Amino acid sequence: MKISREEVEHVAHLARLHLSESELQKMTEQLDTILSYVQKLEKLNTENLTPTTHAFSASNAFRQDEVQASLSQQEALACSPRHTEELFQVPRVI
Amino acid sequence: MDLCELTVAEAMEKMQAREITSVDLTQSCLDRIERVEAKIQAFITLDRKGALEQARKADTRRRSGQAGLLGGIPVALKDLLCTKGIRTTCGSRILENFIPPYDATVVERLKAEGAVVLGKVAMDEFAMGSTSESCAYTIPQNPWKNGYVAGGSSGGSAAAVAAGECLVSLGSDTGGSIRQPASLCGLVGLKPTYGLVSRYGLVAFASSLDQVGPLCRDVRDCALMMNVIGGHDHRDSTSVKREIPDYSLSLVDNVRGLRVGIPREYFVEGLDPEVEGVVRKGIELLRQAGAEIVDVSLPHTEYCVAVYYIIAPAEASSNLARYDGVHYGIRDLNADSLLDLYKNTRSAGFGAEVKRRILIGTYALSSGYYDAYYKKASQVRTMILQDFTKAYEVCDVLISPVSPTPAWKMGENVDDPLAVYLSDILTISANLAGIPSMSVPGGFSRDGLPIGIQLQGPHFREDTLLRVAHTLEKGLGKAGCAKVC
Repeated sequence: MKISREEVEHVAHLARLHLSESELQKMTEQLDTILSYVQKLEKLNTENLTPTTHAFSASNAFRQDEVQASLSQQEALACSPRHTEELFQVPRVI
Repeated sequence: MDLCELTVAEAMEKMQAREITSVDLTQSCLDRIERVEAKIQAFITLDRKGALEQARKADTRRRSGQAGLLGGIPVALKDLLCTKGIRTTCGSRILENFIPPYDATVVERLKAEGAVVLGKVAMDEFAMGSTSESCAYTIPQNPWKNGYVAGGSSGGSAAAVAAGECLVSLGSDTGGSIRQPASLCGLVGLKPTYGLVSRYGLVAFASSLDQVGPLCRDVRDCALMMNVIGGHDHRDSTSVKREIPDYSLSLVDNVRGLRVGIPREYFVEGLDPEVEGVVRKGIELLRQAGAEIVDVSLPHTEYCVAVYYIIAPAEASSNLARYDGVHYGIRDLNADSLLDLYKNTRSAGFGAEVKRRILIGTYALSSGYYDAYYKKASQVRTMILQDFTKAYEVCDVLISPVSPTPAWKMGENVDDPLAVYLSDILTISANLAGIPSMSVPGGFSRDGLPIGIQLQGPHFREDTLLRVAHTLEKGLGKAGCAKVC
């Protein structure tokens, strides 16, 4: 086994997901199949090879630090499921 | 022939000659939708009233001599392109009530050129899939055959264009999501070079792989669409600053002396003989037209699926962390702690495939596994990129199949994710390497299902792809619209 049920449970917590009993079982099996498949990469010698994160070496795209128009507070809040006139609302944290 | 079956260029000519108006054209699409949509199921959101209003405006604009490059052309947009005031779901329950306060750059450009937005079309949830069957709202069907998939993830785009519900559509391609449905539905589809088309307002799946591109009825329309959507955008920091050519100048029927490479690893076991036959015919056509055919090798092709299914989920797990129920989208309003709010919202909002990829990605990036998975995959990605660089020393364009098989029956492989992942083997390396790639109709299977031919070129050589595609289209013909019955 490449991945255990406990590991899937832990990863689900990190990803902020609940998994039902049956989901957990199915995901463990499927993740195991997928991780076993990708193991084939181990056959390749990649020592000293630079990883590619973007097909182009993108450098920072800077602009002048000038104030530009952006969404109004009202527009930015409009899609939130719960908010006040100026803030997003969530359950009490502290 | 109904107006809705015209190509964009044909419709533009007719409107320019005052033979038809945008209202005629838009109404024709709406009539077609009325007649076939119960079967095709391409639209998540249809804006009939808004479309006719836009059409009237486009007609007025034309009368005042400011038609624009797409003046009055009805388009459908994949539902992951943000549209101001029109719901954008990304095929997911988690965004079922999301109404973007802004337009994606590509949408802005289409509108600026006078396009008429009919609505938003189906896709696999968060573009994760190859059949569009993971869409939470509607599952598009292949217009060429009842009960067959339209492909994915831009399946709604492909089905709508092939069924005559719109003239052209924009999709996105992270691992083949434009080219594969285009191939399965008899369309021309182009995934541009990474950075050529702005991703601003495109809901992110895997940011280093995603590109927006068109699904069209012919190569001329494809060039036209690229003229509209290509070019630098300061709102996308990966957008490339460079001069964009007029792509319609590439539509010349001349491939004499062009070196066409056949990547031998793409003609492998599991390739449907009918698909291979169509591609071989295309190669023969190019040879007779004066192209030089060369045998090339992309030795790391067999590792592409493994690399992709680490990198794409890793990026997705990070991108999808934003769906927390706080700022937009659905929320579990009964949760009494923040942690429960996150977990309940995400667990109810995401479907199985999305959860699966978030879990793989989170695992691959987690402490202790990062080097073994993400770093390793990124290093092999370098090898894949080097394969292409080497191949393009001896050829100008690569030709191959798009999908190993024609469209398959709906409901197949739903419980075997790896089997579906493996069907992407011929398309995903273009995304890993950031190169442009397109699908052109090559013919049909005995069952009447379209089969596409894939072209891949060096970075920013969309012009070469369009030139070869143009020659193929002249010799092999267009698929046209499907007769939906």
